[in-house]
Amino acid sequence: MRSVQTLVAAALLLLPAYDVASAAEPKQGGILRIYHRDSPGGASIHEGATFSINAPFMPVFNNLVMFDQSKAQNSADTLVPDLAESWAWSSDNKKLTFKLKQGVKWHDGKPFTSADVKCTFDMVMGKSEQKFRQNPRKSWYNEVNDVTTNGDFEASFNLKRPQPALLSLLASGYTPVYPCHVSPGDMRTKPTGTGPFKFVEFKANESIKLTKNTDYFKKGLPHLDGIEFTIITNRSTAILGFVAGKFDVTFPTHITIPLLKDVKSQSPNAVCVVEPTNVSTNIIVNSSSPPFDNVDVRRAMALALDRKAFISILFEGQGDIGGTMLPAPGGLWAMPKEMLEQIPGYGPDINANREGAKKLMQKAGYGPDKHLAVKVATRNIGEYRDPAVILIDQLKSIYIDAELDVVDTAQWFPKVARKDYMLGLNLTGNAVDDPDQSFYENYSCGSERNYTNYCNKEIEKLFDQQSQETDVAKRKKMVWDIDKKLQEDVARPIIFHARAGTCWQPYVKGVTIMVNSSYNGYRYEDVWMDK
Amino acid sequence: MFAYIVRRLALMLVTLFGISIIIFVLLRIVPGNIVDILFDAAGFVDPADKANLEKELGLSDPIVVQYFRWIGGLLQGDLGYSYVSEKPALQEILPRIPITARLAGLALLFSASIGIPLGVISAVHQGTKLDYALRIVSLSGLSLPSFWLGLLILMASVSLFGMMPIFNPNPKTWTEAFAIYAVPAMAVGFRSAALTMRITRSSMLEILRQDFIRTARAKGASEASVNYRHALKNAILPVITVIGIEAAFLIGGLIVTETVFNIPGVARFLVEALRWRDYPIVQNLVMLIAVVVVFANFTVDMLYAVIDPRIRYGD
Repeated sequence: MRSVQTLVAAALLLLPAYDVASAAEPKQGGILRIYHRDSPGGASIHEGATFSINAPFMPVFNNLVMFDQSKAQNSADTLVPDLAESWAWSSDNKKLTFKLKQGVKWHDGKPFTSADVKCTFDMVMGKSEQKFRQNPRKSWYNEVNDVTTNGDFEASFNLKRPQPALLSLLASGYTPVYPCHVSPGDMRTKPTGTGPFKFVEFKANESIKLTKNTDYFKKGLPHLDGIEFTIITNRSTAILGFVAGKFDVTFPTHITIPLLKDVKSQSPNAVCVVEPTNVSTNIIVNSSSPPFDNVDVRRAMALALDRKAFISILFEGQGDIGGTMLPAPGGLWAMPKEMLEQIPGYGPDINANREGAKKLMQKAGYGPDKHLAVKVATRNIGEYRDPAVILIDQLKSIYIDAELDVVDTAQWFPKVARKDYMLGLNLTGNAVDDPDQSFYENYSCGSERNYTNYCNKEIEKLFDQQSQETDVAKRKKMVWDIDKKLQEDVARPIIFHARAGTCWQPYVKGVTIMVNSSYNGYRYEDVWMDK
Repeated sequence: MFAYIVRRLALMLVTLFGISIIIFVLLRIVPGNIVDILFDAAGFVDPADKANLEKELGLSDPIVVQYFRWIGGLLQGDLGYSYVSEKPALQEILPRIPITARLAGLALLFSASIGIPLGVISAVHQGTKLDYALRIVSLSGLSLPSFWLGLLILMASVSLFGMMPIFNPNPKTWTEAFAIYAVPAMAVGFRSAALTMRITRSSMLEILRQDFIRTARAKGASEASVNYRHALKNAILPVITVIGIEAAFLIGGLIVTETVFNIPGVARFLVEALRWRDYPIVQNLVMLIAVVVVFANFTVDMLYAVIDPRIRYGD
């Protein structure tokens, strides 16, 4: 009798485990319905600089390597093969060779070969006759001499110097392999890839439709029959649509923290996560003309920032304070908290910081009777405008009377480029959580995205040193030092790193929101629906 | 009459020519073009790439050359290519016109079919509780912006019925097909209905005090006959004028309504095109709207003569 009871008990114990196992078995079929926050300017990922392009079109393509789509944190340890079967560095770390998978076909039936890899990167590096209309990530490959092939299934990147970060750059959602036989113009309107989903149609301001690639080289994938993105620019309408069950997934990181509460209350079964977006909100300072050519005024401004106030007002406390690199635990390269708090303006005693700021302002000739009048320029978008208003309020505490200057998107960059601003509130997104991408793009002398023209030759040398370092622990320490120096130089004061929410219906499985990039997690080949 | 119509048509052509110049020049005065926007989004400006793209799109040509290229193409039915989608502008615009036309038509129908009868009822029952109630409704119609009303309708639909009447290109049932147009049409037509109602009411009140109304009553005509056959027929002229003007203003309301209800019509497309400075789309769409407005005015003028036989357009 006792043995029977034991058997029943054991069976009951095993039952939930069996349920979990059966539930974890992916079901095939179904169209995944996602709303899209805006109409992307085109379908060519290489020509885009917003994840509005990556999210719908990354499923059309493959990279050589990619970040494991089931792991939330992108790192060198989560790199997995995609079109490449394997890869290896040469002994001097100046040549990266990929063995490519065989039997892979483009969606139009033509075979994929190493020539396509060479074509793609020649075009990205600006070395081919065919040109992209715009080529925003050309600088990622500054250290690549050329790409060579050896037969149809081997391609090598030959570097000027070691750059371990290259693999991470190649794994980004921004780095798909394009077909040689399709023109850049056609890739903008009718993209052809090797990926799990084929492009069906893109109706501007309406929808993007993808269908299953039944000939996909990864057997058994994808699980879905297709994906439909409905373009809804009005956030309220989009979220109401999700609540009403018209959509299975919200647009990634589209739900602000205050709105997340509404979603959860109206749709209690929805699965929602809040993750860092690796987009920092920062101040660009025009240090080429008065008053911010005076380092004391710049430092005073940095000291006046109450970063916690920004985060509590805008994110109900769910944001992160850090330097240039994304803070931990999401970020891989963030300096330790103790080190961060040593940087002027990052210490916990805001009043003491502001007293210090006032002294610096007085030294520069300003005070209670002589306020400094400035304009804070920013784009006419909520994510820019709202923190700018808080910044203006905080600057009042150190004799700075600031006025908001909202600028139309079309005018923002030309205005910044011609230095027609005193202070600007800016957002900087990072496609890959790697110092090479962040430092070279935003702080390197002469870089197009270095809006403030900050140029420090000493730091430039440090950029190169960290970039070549293959020992991760050593590189981390070098990166922390650089980041600390950048903040002390008030090169581009970082206010906070944002977080945002993504929700999906409970029957949607296999969705992973990346915690250190908003650009790399949209292959959707593992996503399935349990219904 | 014929000569008048010909003169009006000629004047329309001159007006449209003037409008085309205004549209073209204004669009170029607005700071920034598509190249600025594309490169702003990329956060990257290589001056050579930028210049190449401006040349490719014809934006580096003198403005006069650009204008005559557009007008020349327009006269031949070639509207150019969208800078963003790189598809023919006509191919982008044409499928959206029926959607907006259907919505605008329904909104105007809603506005007239609700506004006119309620205006008559309000005037006939002047000073009663019913009149006050209807005036409050009309006042709220004028005060509530259509985007706000649209959002309220959407929220109510979701919380009360668990459904959402946003656009679906392939509705499964006729009720869904009706809802995806009727609900936004009501949201956008509510303001217009309120205005129509107020104009009808005041016009009716004026007419109801006329001698011929008293005569009709003295002759034993029924109240319905007096109100609708005699009074309304005479009171309708200013209402038609207002409906004509509203047809032109409707496009403004449709922009937000199409956005809130996610309807892929012309109005929302125009805003998106403006955001991208997609000149071929914006120019042609605004021109199309101008043509519609000019024709609406022309039609209203012609309707005057039909409705009121006393009106004659002399030669």
